[in-house]
This record gives sequence, structure tokens and C-alpha cells, in this order.
Amino acid sequence: MRLVILDDYDLASEWAAKYIRNRIIQFKPSAERYFTLGLPTGSTPYGCYQKLIEYHISGDISFKHVKTFNMDEYVGLPRAHPESYHSYMWNNFFKHIDIDPANAHILDGNAKDLEAECQAYEQKISAAGGIELFVGGIGPDGHIAFNEPGSSLVSRTRVKTLAKDTIVANARFFGNDLTKVPSMALTVGVGTVMNAKEVMILITGAHKAFALYKAIEEGVNHMWTVSAFQQHPRTIFVCNEDATLELRVKTVKYFKGLMHVHNRLVDPVLSIKDQQKEEN
Amino acid sequence: WRRGQERYSPVTQFTQCRVLREHRLQREDLWVRDGRILDPEKLFFDEQGYADQRVDCEGSIIAPGFIDVQINGGYGVDFSQPSEDVSSGVSFVSQKILQHGVTSFCPTLVTSPPGVYHKVLPQVKVHDGGAQGAGVLGVHLEGPFISAEKKGAHPERFLRTFQSGGIEDLMEAYGSLDNVAMVTLAPELAGSQSVVRELCRRGVTVSLGHSVANLSQAEEAVLHGASFITHLFNAMLPFHHRDPGIVGLLTSDQVPAGRTVYYGMIADGIHTNPAALRIAHRAHPSGLVLVTDAIAAMGLPPGRHTLGQQVIEIQGLHAYVAGTKTLSGSIAPMDMCVRHFKHAAGCSLEEALEAASLHPAQLLGLAERKGTLDFGSDAGQDA
Repeated sequence: MRLVILDDYDLASEWAAKYIRNRIIQFKPSAERYFTLGLPTGSTPYGCYQKLIEYHISGDISFKHVKTFNMDEYVGLPRAHPESYHSYMWNNFFKHIDIDPANAHILDGNAKDLEAECQAYEQKISAAGGIELFVGGIGPDGHIAFNEPGSSLVSRTRVKTLAKDTIVANARFFGNDLTKVPSMALTVGVGTVMNAKEVMILITGAHKAFALYKAIEEGVNHMWTVSAFQQHPRTIFVCNEDATLELRVKTVKYFKGLMHVHNRLVDPVLSIKDQQKEEN
Repeated sequence: WRRGQERYSPVTQFTQCRVLREHRLQREDLWVRDGRILDPEKLFFDEQGYADQRVDCEGSIIAPGFIDVQINGGYGVDFSQPSEDVSSGVSFVSQKILQHGVTSFCPTLVTSPPGVYHKVLPQVKVHDGGAQGAGVLGVHLEGPFISAEKKGAHPERFLRTFQSGGIEDLMEAYGSLDNVAMVTLAPELAGSQSVVRELCRRGVTVSLGHSVANLSQAEEAVLHGASFITHLFNAMLPFHHRDPGIVGLLTSDQVPAGRTVYYGMIADGIHTNPAALRIAHRAHPSGLVLVTDAIAAMGLPPGRHTLGQQVIEIQGLHAYVAGTKTLSGSIAPMDMCVRHFKHAAGCSLEEALEAASLHPAQLLGLAERKGTLDFGSDAGQDA
């Protein structure tokens, strides 16, 4: 794995956004060959989305030939509810960029047949040629998407009941009223994310530090589902200082020492303007 | 644009603008389709649609169109004149007031003999506005059932009281209540309470004005359904600390729960002293409705004009009876009233804009469709 450690939240968000930008532009997506991107929600990736929007507004990146697949969505929450993941993605990303609405996929938590919805989603991912880069976050209980502790490490997209930890963590979005937080969600499986060519996990904040420790310094364990990515050939963990607080000093020093290598991935940062100049 | 449809309505996206929504000016894009404000999130997820056309507003404010519920005419047209072609006069004014930001209005008729009502009313129809002119929400009938002591400029010989059974007098005077949005009457007139009830039952807004009613009489009318005060302070008893009169409705505790009493204010800096405007605004900010109460001279250039039987002299924002210093009516257009109100009251831009859009829409029960930029509401024209 690559463990990329930045000083603070903003720098971590920027590094992640630059990486996504470079990956998309290097891929040279077109109408015949789309770039497939897996996307998360929550407070961690917010800064990254803001940066990507900035790059789009400045004309450096286009999402015209990008297909996105979100990780999860609550079950039973009206799509127009301000806390639904559809609302999050619309307000914090889609409405600011040039993605074709037909290419922005999010699980439908109000589908009549939830299992069929999950299976159809897996098929959509296959039909799109698989995910090129899956961006995710980590829960305080070490979960990836809504793959709560105890989830199979080879699981596929399915319905999950949320763990108490997750409901408590999400209560702040529902007026701190636990009864208002949805108790079930549709989520991509650990196996689904493992199938991606590359996985990038964003982890910021001291409250995520223990989960990061469990995910990368202990063994692969279905109680800390992010640990599954120890067995993925291409995983990047992007975090800030605070998120490393539970790691061994040796681990942190080693990876900080590699920052000059990591930074070659985002420097120089590419732009479609250069490509357009080449064409002209 | 909508996936899978051969015939479609184009979607326009207004960008780089500030939209008045939820009582705040927000940096949001405004989406419009088929003359309605569109929810872009629904468009994206339900229809997988996107904008056909983008308009860069370069930072302008997009506010709901203003609604003028009291306007007697303008640009030389007097709505109370019984001409053969009233509707072309109304159309002319409706087209002109668009430039002031007014997208809907209530042509107002002052106290007139039955003949005038019978002739004029059938010619003024409720209709939506558009690029060609502001929409007509219905006629505002100011009089003739008003107080002789507070008639103002209304002709005394045509004032009336309720003789037979209330509503019969009304129908006899007006002929018909079709296309009538509002009636101003004096609630101290005997028999008026049943009229107030009946008008409200028929969906006509009842306004109190040109009256010497005390607070109890005004409150009784509100209980029966009255919801507006015609040009607060003007043509009514002045506020008195032991009987505040109609002005007392602003802070009355007899207004039924869930109902609001709205009040019209002419904020041209002339008809109401700014200090009085501030007292009213601070006492009851959510009920304030800006009206122009404009006369036919509005919009005409400075100098002398003959309008009907009168010669008017326009100097700046003042319209005098020619050769005198007697005011003959208001001529400040609505956008000027909004600006003056904001300046005099020291309120926020959002409050000033809402006093001319959201509040009149709420008064007339149209807030679902008009007076806001909420999804689904009408998008006739942008201010």
C-alpha cells in the first residue's frame, strides 16, 4: 500500500483531488472508453470534492467521459431528503460539474425490490468495464462503505443493517435524534471494491486514528473491513497527521520518508488545457 | 433536455446569480422550464436531464416578480374610466410596469357609480403575465362602501352603505364579483360583517380602509375574515393610545391563530413619514405589503398633464393638483418604493424584496405559485 500523510485536512483533500485529476487525464477518457470512478460521501471527502469542482471551473478537468458509482445509500429515506446520499452528491458535486446524468449511478434506497436493485448495480459496474479507481472513506469502526464489522470480506452489493456505532456517528446529520437515522442501507460489498483496479481511502481526523491502526497495522479481519485492502495490489491511504496518531512511529516515519515518491504522482498536475493545446 | 422524449421543453439555467429563496439571497443557479421554476435535482436524477441553454447573470440578483395590489392606473391610463376598450388600457399599463419589476397586479377602481363598475369590470379578466406584460390577478375595488369622513379623493356622491341585506347591495353596485381579487370597505358600516363573511367565502380578499372604525370594529371584521389594511395610516383614524383604531390591528391579540393581517404601505417617502413607516415595520414586519397606489400620472414625464377632469403637475416624485401644493396621488413606481422602503426601514434587501413579492402573494393566497422562486412556482419574468 501507499500511505500518504499530509499535514492537515486541506492538504490531504488537495492531494487526493490532484491524484484523481491526474488519473482521469492520463487515462484520456473518451466516448468509447469512459473512466469509471467509485465515490464516497460524508465529511471526509467533502474537501476533495470542493477541489475537484475548483479544477473543473478553472477548465483543467472535465467529467464528460467519466462514469461514477457511489458506494451506498440509505434505505427508505426519501431521495429529496437533505441527508440522502443523492442530495449530498447533487449539492456537493454533480450540480457543479459537467457529468452526464446518465453516467452518475447511485443505489436507489427506495427501490421496490432492494435485492434486485443491488444485483442490477453489480451488473451496471460490470457493463461499464469495472471500476478504474474506487475512492472511499473509513468509519470509526473500520468499515468501508456500510460493510459493518462482521461483513464478509468477499461480499457483493447488498442490503445491510447499520451498526450502533454507525447510527450514533450519523445522528449529527439527523438533529442528534437516533430514532430519525435510517437503520438500513444498500452498500457495495468489500468484494465489489476489491474488484476495482485501484482503491484510494481518505482518512482524516483523530477519531479515525484507531480504525486506521486496525486497518493497516493489524491483520486482515472482518471486524475491521478496511483491512481487506491489505490484499489489494493497488491501494493508497491518504490521511492527515491526526489520523496517524495510533500508528507506530516507525510506520509513520517510513511513509513520510516516501513522500517525495508519492508526490511524483501529483506533481506535475495535469490539465486538459494542455491536451487541447496539443490538439491545436 | 429529457432523455427518451421526441418533443421536449427546453430547460434554461441561469448561472452566476443570487437567488432569493427561503428568505435569503443564496448563490444558487435558477432553473426554468415551461414557465415554472424547476428543481434541477429532480431533473438530474428522475429525467437524467440537463440544461439546454445557460444564461450568465454576472452576479445579478434574481428576485420574484413584484406584485402590486393597489394601482389605479399609470402612463396616462386611469382604470376607473369607463371607456369602450378598458382592456387595452390595462394591457398598456401591464406592459409598462414590467420595467419596474412588477409581474402581477390588481388594477384598482376607486369609488364610482354602478354604471362604471358594470361597464369596466366585465372587460378586466384575470390572466397570467409573460413577456408581453404583467399578469392581472383580479380587480381591487376600493369603495364605494367606505366612510364619508375618510373618503380622501373619492367622490362623495357615489359613496354607499349597506341597505338591504349586505351582499345584495354589493352585487347591485358592482354587477359581478368575477375577476375581483379584493374589496376595500369600512367595517363600521352597519351590515358590513355579513358582507365580509360572504366575500371571504367567495375567495375575495377583504381589506379595511377609508374608515373611522375603532379597534374593536376592525378586530370583528378580521374575525369574519378581513385580512388586509388599505394604505395604513392614510384615510383612517390616527393611532390613539386608548383606541389604536385600525392601526392597532398590527399588534392586536384578537387575530385568530394561524392568520396574519397584512397592511399596505405607500413607501414613496411622501405619503408616509419614514418614522411612521418604521414604527409599522418594527411592530409587524411580516405583514408589510408594499403598494404603489399609483395614479394615471405615474410614468409620465415632469410637467403638466390633463388626466380626465384634472390637470396634474409632476415635479420629481410629487404629483400636485396643478397650481397648488395639494398632492393628487402617488406616482412612485414599485422598484423605487422597494428601494425607498429598504433605505427608510433599514431592513435587509431580502426583507425589502419580500415586502413586494412574498407578502402580497401570501395575502392573496397565491404563495404556492407566485411571490417566490420555490420549485414549481411561476417563472413569468425575472426582476
